[in-house]
Amino acid sequence: MGFFQSVLSKQVLFVRAVDDISFEVKRGEIFGLAGESGSGKTTTGRVLLKLTEATGGKVFFEGKDITFLSEKEFKPLRRKLQIIFQDPYESLNPLMTIRSIVEEPLIIQGIVGKDMEEKVYKALEDVELIPQEEFLFRFPHELSGGQRQRVAVARALVLDPEFVVADEPVSMLDVSIRAEVLNLMVGLQAKRHVSFLYITHDLALARHVCDRLAVMYLGKIMEVSDVDQLVNNPLHPYTRALIGAVPVPDPTSRRVEVQVKGEIPSPVNPPSGCRFHTRCPVYIGDVCREVEPPLVEVEKGHFVACHLHHK
Amino acid sequence: MSLLKVDELKTYYTTLRGAVKAVDSVSFTVEKGEATGLAGESGCGKTTVASSILRILPSNGRIIGGKILYKSSIDIARLDEEVMRTDIRWKEISIVFQGAMNAMNPVFKVGDQIVEAITLHEPGVSRKEALDRAQKLMELVGVEPSRVNNYPHEFSGGMKQRAMIAMALASNPSLFIADEPATALDVIVAAQVLKLLKELKTKLGLGMILITHDLSIIAELCEKAVIMYAGKIAECGDVVAVFKKPMHPYTQGLMGSFPSIDAKERMRMVSIPGTPPDLLSPPTGCRFHTRCKFAMDVCKKEEPAFMELEKGHYVSCHLVMALYEGKKW
Repeated sequence: MGFFQSVLSKQVLFVRAVDDISFEVKRGEIFGLAGESGSGKTTTGRVLLKLTEATGGKVFFEGKDITFLSEKEFKPLRRKLQIIFQDPYESLNPLMTIRSIVEEPLIIQGIVGKDMEEKVYKALEDVELIPQEEFLFRFPHELSGGQRQRVAVARALVLDPEFVVADEPVSMLDVSIRAEVLNLMVGLQAKRHVSFLYITHDLALARHVCDRLAVMYLGKIMEVSDVDQLVNNPLHPYTRALIGAVPVPDPTSRRVEVQVKGEIPSPVNPPSGCRFHTRCPVYIGDVCREVEPPLVEVEKGHFVACHLHHK
Repeated sequence: MSLLKVDELKTYYTTLRGAVKAVDSVSFTVEKGEATGLAGESGCGKTTVASSILRILPSNGRIIGGKILYKSSIDIARLDEEVMRTDIRWKEISIVFQGAMNAMNPVFKVGDQIVEAITLHEPGVSRKEALDRAQKLMELVGVEPSRVNNYPHEFSGGMKQRAMIAMALASNPSLFIADEPATALDVIVAAQVLKLLKELKTKLGLGMILITHDLSIIAELCEKAVIMYAGKIAECGDVVAVFKKPMHPYTQGLMGSFPSIDAKERMRMVSIPGTPPDLLSPPTGCRFHTRCKFAMDVCKKEEPAFMELEKGHYVSCHLVMALYEGKKW
């Protein structure tokens, strides 16, 4: 459809950023969501927290359907559901001190007074910005990238959330400090049983951070499994391609292999049938083009959406 | 004879607050048909090394010492700007910048931009010949030749990156510099581009300098690795030696923060505490001592010498030196 046509006609076009996906995140687990850009990872994370409204389907939190709660009904739940954004250079207000950044969620939730003070100190301690006095009255521009991201983590944790969406929390950070933010996340999971949805494009990092991992492609989940299982025994051709394309920091080991051609198609008009069939190296015929493969459990806890593995 | 020999290169930037020693006594070589990888965190001077080699430093940057010997006879650091422009840039040495996908002019066809690069550097070539060559170049980098008639917005990210590589190869250079060639690309597309670079290296016998913060890319593509920290080389050598036997605590730290997807077990990643120093007033002695867990007194006072441990494997660290002198390996 041309530009004028699309402006003049009443027909509304949709981008199916996330299309019919189901998964669950268990308490105290780090659940990874991996995929290329445009696969719908971030949208998924935002929908879970109602930052983007879902068109259909349901999101349950602790058994309660939260999909279409009004903002007022949802507000008390915001305490338990938090997010860490990708870019610590963009997500912190440059005019606010670290203290006001971290205490803002508390004020919104009506936790003021002595409690507030304590919680802010505690949150900064948890992210190892100590001594806290040294950071409280500084501005974001005075901190390094790693420190900023830790402020963003503190802001998310100050309300003692039960579920945190971490959207590519380290992709903007230098390699030598990535580990400190990720280890912080893993530590909090162990200490406080916080559950995380860790959104990433870096499978090598996901390998070492997540408990379970889902691979997304064009708004669909292609494979979900325990992370060891997924990396050592990937079943979906897309997962295999992704893993094969990750360079390994060892000059004597395997080389990258790229079996997949081309780039991710536009989500406005995704391919029919299996969305990966246009790039799939083991395309098995018409069934891939015509029938959309469902996500089925092929081994315990290992789900795949591929005709190859369906009998 | 090395294709390029950088010898004790010093490049400083003058700022209102003083001189920033972005590159301070850096030496390494690049051979024909081989890739040398420059790795390090942001701000360690990797890109400044590349700009110095092409002499495209910002107006406040100057090469204040050292030599850049090209084909062992031409010292680029002292070459006349006019000669540099007519004879060296693009004809001998070319570069693909970081974020190259966005480096193309959106209002010109991709083919015309490659044609421009050719006719600018080789005035004798007609437009038709140049367009012919542009199509061949596109084919070489794996893009359908007819796409020369497209505009950049009609290309995907990976194709733009390929087109930039084609443009860099337009005048048959012998040395090719790629600054972060795979960042900002998706995993699979990045792997495709890396594979292309590797093929070009062997097919055209190109010497390459690969600048990246991602050690795995260096392991994948390079024959030599140079690890930079705060404007100095911490360690350099054959890629296998550096990756298998990292000596400098900084190299070891960097390796620790690079998890491998091939690992059998989940491992805890190690970070290097602290942040890189301000190069306006770098730490005295060894520049890494402020973050080094093995720092000794001498590290704060004396700058460690650059020492050849094994053939071609150089390290600049007091501790390694002390151990080495204590017991000869």
